[in-house]
Amino acid sequence: MSQPALNGVSGPGKVLTLDSMNPNVKRVDYAVRGPLVQRAVQIEKELEQGVKKPFTEVIKANIGDAHAMGQKPITFFRQVLALCSYPDLLEDDKFPEDAKKRARRILGACGGQSIGAYSASQGIECIRQDVARYIERRDGGIASNPDTIYLSTGASDAIVTMLKLLVSGAGRDRTGVMIPIPQYPLYSAALADLGAVQVNYYLDEDRCWSLDVKELRRSLHAAREHCSPRVLCIINPGNPTGQVQNRQCIEDVIRFAKEEHLFLMADEVYQDNVYAEGCEFHSFKKVLFEMGPEYSSTVEMASFHSTSKCYMGECGFRGGYMEVINMDPEVKAQLIKLVSVRLCPPVPGQALLDLVVNPPQPDEPSYTSFMKERTAVLAALAEKARLTQEIFNAVPGITCNPVQGAMYTFPCITLPQKAIAKAKEEGQIADAFYCMRLLEEEGICLVPGSGFGQREGTFHFRMTILPPTEKLKIVLQKIREFHLRFTQEFS
Amino acid sequence: MSAMRWRLLAPRNVRLLDRGRSERSAGGNGAQPARALSSPPVSASPPGRTLSSLSATRRGLPKAKMSENGVVPRAKVLTIDTMNPTVKNVEYAVRGPIVARAVELERELSEGMKKPFAEVIKANIGDAHAMGQQPITFFRQVLALCSYPELLNDSTFPDDAKSRARRILQSCGGNSMGSYSASQGIDSVRQDVARYIERRDGGVPCDPNNVYLTTGASDGIMTMLKLLVCGEGMTRTGVMISIPQYPLYSAALAELGAVQINYYLNEEKCWSLDISELQRALDEARNHCNPRALCIINPGNPTGQVQSRECIEDVIRFAAKEGLFLMADEVYQDNVYAEGCQFHSFKKVLFEMGPEYSDTVELASFHSTSKCYMGECGFRGGYMEIINMDDDVKAQLTKLVSVRLCPPVPGQALMDLVVNPPQPGEPSYDNFIKERSATLSALAEKAKLTEQILNTVEGISCNPVQGAMYSFPRIIIPEKAVKEATDKGQQPDMFYCMKMLEETGICLVPGSGFGQKDGTYHFRMTILPPRDKLQILLNKVQEFHQKFTQHYS
Repeated sequence: MSQPALNGVSGPGKVLTLDSMNPNVKRVDYAVRGPLVQRAVQIEKELEQGVKKPFTEVIKANIGDAHAMGQKPITFFRQVLALCSYPDLLEDDKFPEDAKKRARRILGACGGQSIGAYSASQGIECIRQDVARYIERRDGGIASNPDTIYLSTGASDAIVTMLKLLVSGAGRDRTGVMIPIPQYPLYSAALADLGAVQVNYYLDEDRCWSLDVKELRRSLHAAREHCSPRVLCIINPGNPTGQVQNRQCIEDVIRFAKEEHLFLMADEVYQDNVYAEGCEFHSFKKVLFEMGPEYSSTVEMASFHSTSKCYMGECGFRGGYMEVINMDPEVKAQLIKLVSVRLCPPVPGQALLDLVVNPPQPDEPSYTSFMKERTAVLAALAEKARLTQEIFNAVPGITCNPVQGAMYTFPCITLPQKAIAKAKEEGQIADAFYCMRLLEEEGICLVPGSGFGQREGTFHFRMTILPPTEKLKIVLQKIREFHLRFTQEFS
Repeated sequence: MSAMRWRLLAPRNVRLLDRGRSERSAGGNGAQPARALSSPPVSASPPGRTLSSLSATRRGLPKAKMSENGVVPRAKVLTIDTMNPTVKNVEYAVRGPIVARAVELERELSEGMKKPFAEVIKANIGDAHAMGQQPITFFRQVLALCSYPELLNDSTFPDDAKSRARRILQSCGGNSMGSYSASQGIDSVRQDVARYIERRDGGVPCDPNNVYLTTGASDGIMTMLKLLVCGEGMTRTGVMISIPQYPLYSAALAELGAVQINYYLNEEKCWSLDISELQRALDEARNHCNPRALCIINPGNPTGQVQSRECIEDVIRFAAKEGLFLMADEVYQDNVYAEGCQFHSFKKVLFEMGPEYSDTVELASFHSTSKCYMGECGFRGGYMEIINMDDDVKAQLTKLVSVRLCPPVPGQALMDLVVNPPQPGEPSYDNFIKERSATLSALAEKAKLTEQILNTVEGISCNPVQGAMYSFPRIIIPEKAVKEATDKGQQPDMFYCMKMLEETGICLVPGSGFGQKDGTYHFRMTILPPRDKLQILLNKVQEFHQKFTQHYS
């Protein structure tokens, strides 16, 4: 790391080098935006510069980015945001009254009536009230207290904040956090960054990625040998695995958390994305309270939601919230202090969240159009979920579970031994090798299963189902062809 | 250790800090035990929590299963004793207990409670719009167009606003601000930032690849500090920060478990920075940690000084000589009011000092949409530029920011407008310049007014507000008041500010929240309120100070 010196003598080198930087940061991995995506961006630039490729555009199916895939924003939401951004438009009669009313209410809750003012660090109060009412409606009337709601900069921010609060101890006392495998790699990245111990529990691919309490118990007991497991993270509906937990399973998890004295973190950002028949979203909060005070007054829990997914897909605004249940009041004070250092979540994102939790009502002028847009998005997603599963399962060497919910398929791919060996030679994991080849040959960007974790010896990839149906069909077709070609090449 | 002393704000915090500190010392990262302050061993337990289980949950040790048959209820998983100890060490006075009380008072007023004032004036924070400053019309027009692109067909919007909006939307996935952007920020926005920096710095080149868009400047600062922190005990990273400082720095360092190294600004010389003081602080710190970074806030927050070019050169030479990574917090770069003062960016000075420095000194500089003439705090826009960063580290930085996906896109769009505002010849130019100049000249006038009025008060003395948005006057607190505060376990200036809040409704931040020389007391007040209101506010502060002084004499 030394550099040429000023007068010929060896210089002192840089202050900040790979050897002298924060070692935890080095351990962070985030495959969803990893080397494959970097290469995809490079290829896009090459295409722009006229470099010839076997394809004309790069399709980034690596991330759940709805608008980038052509999904249109909900008109009502954007009208209100425009009104909030430029309140002169409140005089404009092109905007419906309900949009104006929402905008006025949001602006009225901002300092100086401007979304350019800092908000309270926990989030704008009237929005937290709206969130609480939304949760109550969702959970069949179970009370939600706005004081337990924290608005956040996307769900990621809140998840990292909660994990940060929970991490302590050193060596064998170091906090362990249980996460599903496969997982959304924000979790492993945050745990590496915080120097916490990642405790893996495996979802059962053979049973549609379901969660088995026996596996939780195995994983927990193994972990107790070397760390202090204190937290259990659940992603429901699952990312990348797309399963929707049934009510019974949620009850079992809650019982397990209570029995084993674990803090529950429920990542429920895909709560509106449930497609499969017979599946229904049950919030952990609701189930917890329906299990009675023995549980609802003791089990500590945080649940997370976001503006980035569901039918709205407004990722760029970085809106979100968490609700905390049974949190120690002293810890809550510490949480408020901690979030105050970052001043406040972005106010446009807070405004958007308010609209998500308080959309047009049946008697309001924008209701019909809102419902039409919302339903169209969700119906199309359900259709694409089915389509994806059908087409993949017809390919020899690809098997996938039904996409019950969320926005991804996570099929298992059979890779020939020769390909595995070749990848190894190149210092790559076989599914990363596979995905890189797919990118170079077809311009399709996926995330290899190894970025999410998988059982040893199995290989997967994650693909979002978000592209418009016609495009999705082409993508699926191309992957099919590639897979057959790849299999043949290495057989 | 004075670094610790001034953080103690309220009795509650004294207790929390002391406990946190002992854990930290045990962890061996160089925090010295502060002087003895009585610290009750255990806080009042909330209902349902027992003492025995409290000790059991320490460090999150697995507990014996005693609660299955309802004998002893178990403690919570997450308690003050089992939570992250570095989080407990965090203090952030700008939004501390005094602000919490201000919010409470507002609620009480709205519920019709009688108070000696009709409204709470939050002069604790540089929140321009909350103080009535109007947004720049052009910026908001473009943001409305980006939010709801149907408006691009609306003839009431000027063409330059539409062309900006189209350009921003075209660089968004699916032409929507609702898409994730690249984690480092939208390409075209980073290019505009680079061109802005080049113009600002008289042509010194800027590579868009060195620009990272952020969620406000705080996010960029935090991220850079996170990269820099490593080592244990004597080798733990030390970071030099000015005292008084903006408490984001102390909060971030506490959270990261880094060692805070204080260097004192010279109040007698208009809060200027003296290299011999930097040297003193550094040499002392080398006895117990590994100092690796030097943070500079210019124009100063809370102190309002604007660094001279020569001083910046000295700092750069010092950083080069001592092998320190420079962090230049330049979010107030347009907020310079005093005659003879001028903003010089660290980057520009660095490059004008020649390749001996510009090829070697590592620098990160930070900017934001929250301050200057626009004051758009709520959008959380910002950027940092990094200079001479090791390529491998840069790759790590890019990876690290990718975990949070991207900074908020509306904030990125706003950042783009700030660095690429209407140009002469464009339809919105005149109005933009008019709005911008009005804000900046009003601020200059308010800076002068504040200094003048406060300096007429006996027992208050303040330096000229050369730049930024705050006055940080020194106040003389009578011995009796100091004693009463100490008896209550409060810092005297916290006691003073709390009294002022209760009696006048004015919310300030005590100097102890920023750090100050032992035995001196200050408060920070923003100069942002509209002129008339500011005048009233200053008069109230004057009256309060006189009454307070009299009462305790």
